[in-house]
Amino acid sequence: MTLTEFVIATIVKILVVLGLFSALAGFGTYLERKILAFMQRRLGPMHVGPYGLLQVLADGIKLFTKEDIVPQNSVKPIFMIAPIIGAATAFIALAAVPLLPEFTIFGVTIHPIIADINVGVLFVLGVMASGLFAPLLAGMASANKWGLLGAARTAIQLLSYEVVTGLSILAPLMLVGSLSLIDINNYQVGGFTDWIVWKQPVAFVLFLIAGFAETNRTPFDLLEHEAEIVSGYATEYSGMRWGMFFIGEYANMITLGFLASLLFLGGFNDWGFIPGGLAIVLKVTFIFFFFLWTRAAWPHVRPDQLMWLCWKVLMPIAVINVVVTGIVLMM
Amino acid sequence: MSLEQFKDRNVMQNYTYIPVDKPPVKSMDKFKQVVKRTFKGELFVGLWVVFREMVKFNIHTVKYPLEKLPISPRYRAVHKLYRLLESGYERCIGCGLCEKICIANCIRMDTRYDENQRKEVTEYTINLGRCIFCGYCAEVCPELAIVHGPRYENASEQRAHFVLKEDMLTPLDFLKEGKQEEFPGFGAVSPNADERIKKTPLAY
Repeated sequence: MTLTEFVIATIVKILVVLGLFSALAGFGTYLERKILAFMQRRLGPMHVGPYGLLQVLADGIKLFTKEDIVPQNSVKPIFMIAPIIGAATAFIALAAVPLLPEFTIFGVTIHPIIADINVGVLFVLGVMASGLFAPLLAGMASANKWGLLGAARTAIQLLSYEVVTGLSILAPLMLVGSLSLIDINNYQVGGFTDWIVWKQPVAFVLFLIAGFAETNRTPFDLLEHEAEIVSGYATEYSGMRWGMFFIGEYANMITLGFLASLLFLGGFNDWGFIPGGLAIVLKVTFIFFFFLWTRAAWPHVRPDQLMWLCWKVLMPIAVINVVVTGIVLMM
Repeated sequence: MSLEQFKDRNVMQNYTYIPVDKPPVKSMDKFKQVVKRTFKGELFVGLWVVFREMVKFNIHTVKYPLEKLPISPRYRAVHKLYRLLESGYERCIGCGLCEKICIANCIRMDTRYDENQRKEVTEYTINLGRCIFCGYCAEVCPELAIVHGPRYENASEQRAHFVLKEDMLTPLDFLKEGKQEEFPGFGAVSPNADERIKKTPLAY
């Protein structure tokens, strides 16, 4: 493959991922509203299009045409840049994620990964972690006390749960011996029984819990807990700037779904009679559904409970898990 | 219920005592409580409940402007004035009881004697801005002329005087088509009235 071909292929992949995942993030809001509604015995969006399917489009038009307000006393450049950070980091994180198994189309073998770097997991987690600058800067720049409180909560929550995420995936990484997501996937090539979740169930649970906190989903969505701090870091945002936060959040959820299925649930290997491509889509869908499911079922926690859970429960368990894995590996 | 019971103000409250564990004091007890609550699985009960409701698909949504819930015949919404079914004449005899009993003071009527020396209602308004929909007017009406209709969507530009007599009175063409249905609510004759009336000897 020449350099030109490589550049063109990469650009095409980037455009496909950007377009597809923006659309999926938009569709995610529709799915979330529908599933939450069904779980609460409501119907959800019904009037725009068949079964409210065009609601995504209507929301998009609304967000694009809404007045873009920048508050008077805010730090304007940072206020305007913050949502872009949120959306951008979410999409950059997807660059190192192998989305599907290799497939051949028109005689060309396509690797559905934008950049197959050998530190894939580190890259994804690092970029997702730098996404915390979005709510942090947004809250601090918007000259609003609720925003400031949201920013403070961003700092405590996202920073602490990064620790748990990192420690929890350390144990499976020790088993695999590689940071490349493709290597991790190939480690589980033996099928259902080879899934890392059976060897590292504790790490899986910890990773999911930390994932909830990192993607700012309901049991831990303290950054914009509307019952306590109006809308947290997003209080002053309107229009597409607000929309970008949410595209970022949903893209992050999908990324986390990919990470969890690649790291623990066998990735894109064939699953019985289900081909690999479909298998990973099913797994990601289930994890996405799980995010919505918990939102319907579980209550919020207080910030102090959140920190208590992180530092006094999850982090010790993660450390113990790493130590036990190390001892088992040495024996 | 006897009167004595009714007068008794010392109402027994049927409170149920929910046993609550003593708050843990020692750190070991706190730890035990955490472990107990962790493995109790209550979170999964919550998950199961919402999942069950989703699968059951027992939707309670009413798409309001398109479909409306049936309302009780005794629901007290905007008033209606009825006509006599046979002659089409207004049932209202201008007695003024509704105006008198109205505790919100929102009913206003003017009457006069017509050429046959019968009472005629010239002006009849209800100020819905004042009306509290207590239903006394419908209750006191000896002729069942004023009743509460089922119209509860009362949006208007001016709420003060938007119920005039012409709005409330059954339109004549509507009556002629036989569309004025007898009011089934309070004060109306029950549907099985014929069966319940014992015939007088003169009827044999």
